[in-house]
Amino acid sequence: MSTIVNRRDLDFLMYETHKLEQLLETDRYGDYDRESIEAILDLSQSLAEDIFQPFAGHLDQNEPKYVDGKVEIIPEVKEALNAYKEAGLFASGYDYDMGGMQLPWVVHQVLSSMFVTANTSVSNYIFLTQGATNMLNTCGSEELKAKYMPNMVAGDWYGTMCLSEPQAGSSLADIRTKAEPQDDGSYKITGTKMWISGGDHEMTDNIVHMVLAKIPGGPAGVKGISLFLVPKHRVNDDGTIGEPNNIALAGLNHKMGHKGTTNCLLNFGESGDTIGYLVGGENQGLANMFHMMNEARIAVGMAATVIGLGGYLYSLDYARNRPQGRHLTNKDPESPMVMISEHADVKRMLMTQKAFVEGAQSLMLYSARLLDQQATAKTEEEKTHATLLLELLTPICKSWPSEFCLEANKLAIQVLGGYGYTREYPVERYYRDNRLNHIHEGTHAVHGLDIMGRKVRIADGAALKALAKEIMATIGEASEHSELSGYCKDLGAAMQSVQSTLESVSKAKDPSLALANATIFLDAMGHVVIAWMWLKQAVAATKGQEDGKASDAAFYRGKLSACRFFFRYELPKALSKFDLVASLDDTCFNLEAEDFIGH
Amino acid sequence: MKVLVPVKRVIDAYVSIRVKSDGSGVDTDNVKMSLNPFCEIALEEAIRLKEAGTATEVVLVSVGSADIETVMRSGLAMGADRAIRVDADNDVEPLAIAKILKHVVETEEAGLVITGKQSIDGDNNQTGQMLSALLGWSQATFASEVVLEGDSAKVTREIDGGLETVAIPMPAVITTDLRLNEPRYPTLPNIMKAKKKPLDVIALADTGVDAAKRQTITNVSPPEARSAGVMVGSVAELVDKLKNEAKVI
Repeated sequence: MSTIVNRRDLDFLMYETHKLEQLLETDRYGDYDRESIEAILDLSQSLAEDIFQPFAGHLDQNEPKYVDGKVEIIPEVKEALNAYKEAGLFASGYDYDMGGMQLPWVVHQVLSSMFVTANTSVSNYIFLTQGATNMLNTCGSEELKAKYMPNMVAGDWYGTMCLSEPQAGSSLADIRTKAEPQDDGSYKITGTKMWISGGDHEMTDNIVHMVLAKIPGGPAGVKGISLFLVPKHRVNDDGTIGEPNNIALAGLNHKMGHKGTTNCLLNFGESGDTIGYLVGGENQGLANMFHMMNEARIAVGMAATVIGLGGYLYSLDYARNRPQGRHLTNKDPESPMVMISEHADVKRMLMTQKAFVEGAQSLMLYSARLLDQQATAKTEEEKTHATLLLELLTPICKSWPSEFCLEANKLAIQVLGGYGYTREYPVERYYRDNRLNHIHEGTHAVHGLDIMGRKVRIADGAALKALAKEIMATIGEASEHSELSGYCKDLGAAMQSVQSTLESVSKAKDPSLALANATIFLDAMGHVVIAWMWLKQAVAATKGQEDGKASDAAFYRGKLSACRFFFRYELPKALSKFDLVASLDDTCFNLEAEDFIGH
Repeated sequence: MKVLVPVKRVIDAYVSIRVKSDGSGVDTDNVKMSLNPFCEIALEEAIRLKEAGTATEVVLVSVGSADIETVMRSGLAMGADRAIRVDADNDVEPLAIAKILKHVVETEEAGLVITGKQSIDGDNNQTGQMLSALLGWSQATFASEVVLEGDSAKVTREIDGGLETVAIPMPAVITTDLRLNEPRYPTLPNIMKAKKKPLDVIALADTGVDAAKRQTITNVSPPEARSAGVMVGSVAELVDKLKNEAKVI
């Protein structure tokens, strides 16, 4: 069995649950049909399994080295990225007018995710390049696009995002990198950027950095941030590579996971002029950066989900083949041992992984499909509805899998026991790789503040109303099947808890106290959304059972069990969290720093 | 020179096979199907001949129902120029397939046939040889290297004792072994282009071949499952078991 993807589940989610066919009827995606999508996913799976997956462990144990100001990295990385490029996959998600293949975003996400599971560290170079390219396409001038984009779309040049600095991570208002205007319209960039993934290496002819910097004399704080394109090598007017642009690799960070992705400290303009070009208007940097935020955050959530999936599939395969112990009621030591998948607690751990991973995957596909709906909406109303849902769901997409698919990775290690804790098996690497997703692309806390402080309130609560409407529609569908009625009631009640919690919190006199437990709210709200996703899947599975084939019986049974599991074992946890948040508990909020250890 | 590449759709090589409970055959319900790996190698060789300028056109041909077209499209995505499907049941026997292919070779006026040495489902290893006999063409089977030199072909064959190189006059039927080449992956743009490449359908009746079955499958059963091992207490016990239970020494 594949340990990076469950194609039956993908088909179930894409077609039976989220009705991808409807999207393929639109003009924008009319070139694609189920057969061509299957062929594209076949190609992706083959490349991911044959070329990316085999050296993931080797790369993890041989991280890039800093040698004389340059990066040394094992050759397999470039070979894999070249294979990806040769297959034309770099361009899969871009529009035709950018030179891309205009795949539905949801399919682009699915194919990209196979490479994440197979070899997360290598997939990052692709993801970062695509992010930078999309940003340039959305905000850049025609001149800049013509000069840089074709090479980025083709995967010949890579891209990065340079936001953080050593002293300014989550707090971008405090960045110090400077951009001084030059007579020719370009800017001289000086400063230091930290945590730059893919920030330097010798695998491509050029690296295109998208850099946040401040133009002297501009407004203070985030309002004075602008976005610049800063190439590693300058590019001549005829498109050839020119002289180096004086971006010095000051060092590599040594991380817990994602070890094959270089993570750099970069100095701009230290040993000579570093030239940058304004992307979008002056002081519009943060707004421009946020243009691609929904896509980027859903992609991070997708990565967290499929790293969870990798652990789930590996531990499942292991549990079905590892004999150990006997049934509790069997006292005969001479009898053969049973596979550990027979033990009740191993079943619980496997089911927890399944419920978290497949629940999250459903949300990722649903949200990626909303991005497609934005692009294909026939009416303004339809587009607004998709946009509102995306605004509200994006923090959950990014955060819930980062928290709970990491938990899945923890359980995958547990299923393997001591073996899972060793480097001989990939599950400990999955755990280390997934741990990042909690931190980057906005920390868990930042998303808690985002959803509770902003998203539930936008347009007078319109986003929350849009979500409630969708959830009620699913409850309506589910209530046609009597065996699902209990879930309908529970989900309806949970949605009520969301509303009443927000009402209670809105009465707080101190806005800081109101948001003090925002992270708890984020997790609980995520549980409600994932419960909704499980009810959606249960409806699809029930329909599938009615007109399904015998060979699908176990698959649908598993889906219904996972739905039952999530509603019994997990959703109640959200309700107690809502109670806590609604009570405006100030236990943590009122602590003084010295209270922790007495001085 | 036109190269004809007969291919077969089979259960994907990585799928674990399930036998139907009534013993009537292998369960293909919800099972991933792919191009037969040996046929993929044949197609790769033909595409390389075209890239080298030796072949002018690569035509894929297969016999079966509309179900097999998906797999044929994947051959077009690899680089075949067009495809022909002879509309028939999916379980036509090798001799009838060879007769049908003879018809297609003649109507297409192909100058070379390259196909897999066998399909990984039936393991018959017959179609290529039968086709060459029916056409009166030379044959070179189990090829691990093919060099075309004007009116003849030099083919290295994998045989039990090692490698054998034969020179055969063209036209010829060549069947491929595993080590001939490593088939390429398709590309995303080529998958989309393949949708627009011609895939013609010929009725079985138009080939004039009687594809009626001449064999009956009486039973299909899975290999016996491996039973769990036992721990032996001593070397003596092991030797005893090997001698008296397993009867291997």
